Amino acid sequence: MFQIDCPWCGPRDQQEFAYAGEAAIKRPENPASLSDAEWADYLFMRTNPRGRHHEQWRHVHGCGQFFDVVRDTVTYRIESVDVPGRPALGDAS
Amino acid sequence: MKNRYSIFSLARNALSHHENWDRAWRSPEPKSEYDVIIIGAGGHGLATAYYLAKEHGITNVAVVEKGWLGGGNTARNTTIVRSNYLYDESAHLFEKSLKLWEGLSRELNYNVMFSQRGVYNLAHTLQEERDAKRRINANRLNGIDSEWVDARQIKAEVPYIDTSSNARYPILGGSLQRRAGTARHDGVAWGYARAADAAGVDIIENCEVTNILRDGGTVTGVETTRGTIRARKVGIVVAGNSGVLAEMAGFRLPVESHPLQALVSEPVKPILDTVIMSNAVHGYVSQSDKGELVIGAGIDAFNGYGQRGSFNIIEETIAAIKEMFPIFSRMRMLRHWGGIVDTTPDATPIIGKTPVDNLFINCGWGTGGFKATPGSGWVFAHTLATGEPHWINAPFSLDRYTTGYLVDEHGAAGVAH
Repeated sequence: MFQIDCPWCGPRDQQEFAYAGEAAIKRPENPASLSDAEWADYLFMRTNPRGRHHEQWRHVHGCGQFFDVVRDTVTYRIESVDVPGRPALGDAS
Repeated sequence: MKNRYSIFSLARNALSHHENWDRAWRSPEPKSEYDVIIIGAGGHGLATAYYLAKEHGITNVAVVEKGWLGGGNTARNTTIVRSNYLYDESAHLFEKSLKLWEGLSRELNYNVMFSQRGVYNLAHTLQEERDAKRRINANRLNGIDSEWVDARQIKAEVPYIDTSSNARYPILGGSLQRRAGTARHDGVAWGYARAADAAGVDIIENCEVTNILRDGGTVTGVETTRGTIRARKVGIVVAGNSGVLAEMAGFRLPVESHPLQALVSEPVKPILDTVIMSNAVHGYVSQSDKGELVIGAGIDAFNGYGQRGSFNIIEETIAAIKEMFPIFSRMRMLRHWGGIVDTTPDATPIIGKTPVDNLFINCGWGTGGFKATPGSGWVFAHTLATGEPHWINAPFSLDRYTTGYLVDEHGAAGVAH
């Protein structure tokens, strides 16, 4: 169990938040032009790294906002919290 | 087998105070080349090696393991075995497994303590009751024993459960599979390891795979912390770490790894002689032969590789157990632990080919892999030996995410496997 520093509400217990999966997955602009394999990759395939993970959380029991988190999936230590759209991984590397 | 276990070997070894038992398996140095390498010496990997030798005569096999054998999810589950899955594809796979469980101790000459004490899946709402009855009918059409029991009968068979209408989530009834039950988790890994070793399989512990070697689009071996090992075929059976291995081999998986935890109480006298599972309040409980209550919990929703779970999950689980068994409210918990489960979008495993030739994968068992140990090894051995899936595991290909032929047990079986 850990705390998450909500960009709007400040640090709260992880229990207040809902995990919302890998971040920065963009819906293809023209799905009809994709092959089945490309569509499957968008829909199902995930990076699932052992280590640094760029992910989304939502403060369901607080402000209700979505935001991006970079978290280590082994230590669970949170490296950065950011509002969506800004490339958090790119900033750090 | 060189040293058969029997009442006579027990008596003979008693004369020397049990100090001269032979080791159950060797600890060989890796050879430079094998016909087949299996990555991961958990129950599924060891079962695969055993059935490769037994069913297909392939014994030039190495099982490489980064830690010690059976130290991952095989040691971290709640040991429930059942086969009452809704869809035909899953039912065939898990029923194949259950049939193998039924003869396993005798076949391996090793007591895996398979106990067919029955598994109840409770229904707390009318919709759950309808779904359970649909599943029971589907099970019967597939030749799997399954019956509906109402609250009164459950109370008669499990006296301490709270079936009163005053409960916050009243128990309306449940499905019961009498052939289901529990097994000794370590015993399964040890039994398969001993039998595979006796057939000539090398089990190489403390040997972490650091890279998967390929030539063009074909696998040629693995690099490990104990040197390079070549192989004609490689099988990945690493549960939570499947994504890590897939990345080494250069392909992607629809798998996300989550911590799943379980806990055991202090040992008490026999009080629960079956297995109770509930999706609605979300907890499952049985009593081990030592007397501990073995309690299962939900997964942490976030991705994680730390082999530990969150305290709030424990709280929710204990609340669920107490809802069903108020008498357990003063039980003290002794230990809890976490494993890393590899979940797929359709809560169904992936057993078959990968985009790399001669590289096969067996993963995605999520929270329900233990029960499938024998069947999983049996179909994966067939896949490795012949290069093609058995008809039982053909629906569980990685391709199904492209073709759309999902086996959506997530909606059917609920979360608790």
